[in-house]
Amino acid sequence: MMARIFKHREMLLLVAILLLVGAIELRFPGFVAPRNLVSIYNDTAILIILALGQAAVILSRGIDLSIAANLALSGTIAALLNVAFPDLPVIFLLVAATFSGAVLGAINGLLVWRLSIPPIVVTLGTMTIYRGTIFLLTGGAWVNAHEMTDAFKAVPRAVFLGIPVLAWFSLAVIALMLVILVMTRLGRAFYAVGGNPHAAVYTGISVGRTHFFAYLIAGALAGLAGYLWTARYAVAYVDIANGFELDVVAACVIGGISIAGGAGTAVGAVLGALFLGIIKNALPVIDVSPFWQMAISGTVIIIAVAVNARSARVKGRVILKKAEHAL
Amino acid sequence: MSVSETRFVPDRLHGRAYRMARSWESLLIVVVVAIFIINSFASPYFLDAWNLSDATFNFTEKALIAFAMALVIISGEIDLSVASIIALASTAMGYAAQFGAGTPELVVIGLGIGLLCGAFNGFLITGLGLPSIVVTIGTMSLFRGLSYVVLGDKAFTGYPADFAFFGQGYVFWVISFEFVLFAVMAVLFGILLHLTSFGRMVFAIGNNATAARFSGIRVGRVKFLLFLMTGVMSGMAAICLTSRLGSTRPSIAFGWELEIVTMVVLGGINILGGAGSIIGVVLAAFIMGLVTFGFGLMNVPGIVMSIFIGLLLIGVIALPVLYTRIARRFRRDEAL
Repeated sequence: MMARIFKHREMLLLVAILLLVGAIELRFPGFVAPRNLVSIYNDTAILIILALGQAAVILSRGIDLSIAANLALSGTIAALLNVAFPDLPVIFLLVAATFSGAVLGAINGLLVWRLSIPPIVVTLGTMTIYRGTIFLLTGGAWVNAHEMTDAFKAVPRAVFLGIPVLAWFSLAVIALMLVILVMTRLGRAFYAVGGNPHAAVYTGISVGRTHFFAYLIAGALAGLAGYLWTARYAVAYVDIANGFELDVVAACVIGGISIAGGAGTAVGAVLGALFLGIIKNALPVIDVSPFWQMAISGTVIIIAVAVNARSARVKGRVILKKAEHAL
Repeated sequence: MSVSETRFVPDRLHGRAYRMARSWESLLIVVVVAIFIINSFASPYFLDAWNLSDATFNFTEKALIAFAMALVIISGEIDLSVASIIALASTAMGYAAQFGAGTPELVVIGLGIGLLCGAFNGFLITGLGLPSIVVTIGTMSLFRGLSYVVLGDKAFTGYPADFAFFGQGYVFWVISFEFVLFAVMAVLFGILLHLTSFGRMVFAIGNNATAARFSGIRVGRVKFLLFLMTGVMSGMAAICLTSRLGSTRPSIAFGWELEIVTMVVLGGINILGGAGSIIGVVLAAFIMGLVTFGFGLMNVPGIVMSIFIGLLLIGVIALPVLYTRIARRFRRDEAL
């Protein structure tokens, strides 16, 4: 029984997270105070939203390196709309950011689907194009807090039932992605296409279309996160969330989503993001220089992928005994 | 493709000249020449020996790594940690320079750290059998993270005076040391990839690793050596860059891994492995360098250049796909 539970990567990761939190609590009581936990979760909310979008893409054997650039561009569009038309209701800006993200995601998806360009090349290219577009839109200037309306900035910070709205957004996205990945045809198609594209074709799944929808979902979530980011930090410029795409991929990998596609869960992606979020928030508490954060998350990624690879390894049949030594 | 489509079988293959004219490399040459001509018309300062010499610094350091990266990508792997290896090697050199290390020691340290980082990547990928894209995203964070741990928000300066030669020295008139290094490495990697059995093994592995293994190629060992190469070349680039800048910050060469991969893919190396040439990478390096330089002369901001590079990357891959698709449609119409 125990062995079966621990076979799940998510369980292993959950135990690791609990041990980590427990260890910090032992040295520095107060870390697990509800208020602190809510604040850590809130800090991680955007990473969770993006990791869930990235999960859909990676599950279907792709990768979206443009996800942070998409966030930045969509967030900037929302902020610019807010500055230009202060009377527009915030809900409209939220929809606009999500829509812009979906369009940018659809561009990735179409390039992958219709032109069969490898995902890493497409999103590497669109990453720089999307970031460059922010410069074209803003002329390199910052959209600062005092230019944004109060309503624009208030939404993510508003507190509902003791939890900030930003956190509620991420909870809603978690629920949505759980439903999509577990209960819908599209969700199963992600697994099928990522697990074995050729077999997926024979079961009547369009591989290209499935890829397209994965990028569309990742894009829309990045757009939503874009509004949340610019509103929360009350600033929009070319370099927001620069390099964040790697944190997002890291969260997925730590969460046990196989980079080769077809294996992993939404819960894993959330736990992976939380793990990174807890480390980031714990470092100042345990009095370690924040400069350690990058090296630590790098080490965690390597350990996570090594552990996951071990648990996933299938014993192959060795046909030629000698060939085994050659490798 | 429909079943009824009849395939025309030629009685002989196209000649060598025809194939060369239609190759990726000749397309790149056309692009290089076009950029050169456009730039010469756009700015009167473009056709100046010293200006052109300065322009080469835009790509020589990245190209050094791109050569090794080309081999890694042809073998079906990728190394995203190269820019972080530069950061770590540069930090180590800066640290040593604080204790009065001379230029020869610094060179050994730079190359040595590159070698160690490459060996670490190689061990994780071939020793433990982990996917290279994830491993090198991890080590990318780890290597640069270590240099943040050492440096924080500070910087190392105070390199010995003769260390400046690697990044700022000229061998002959306007020909910089970096450019000579670039040319020598281009030739060496060209020979290694195209004229040695090692190069054939790299292609074989990229096309079908399992078949390569059954034909007696030590797949793991070859890949390990390739990651050692990207490591050492990153160390070499670190020496040049550190020497040129004269200082080390942990953010040194940030984001270069993506530019280097762009250079390699633009050079016609198949991102899925198995095909490509060093001459293509050399041409791609020139294209990226000349575009950056030309836009710079016209006061176009760097970020706009990156849009252009992004479009170029997608365009050069998308256009041939579109072209063959349209050409096929035409041919089908003729057949009817």
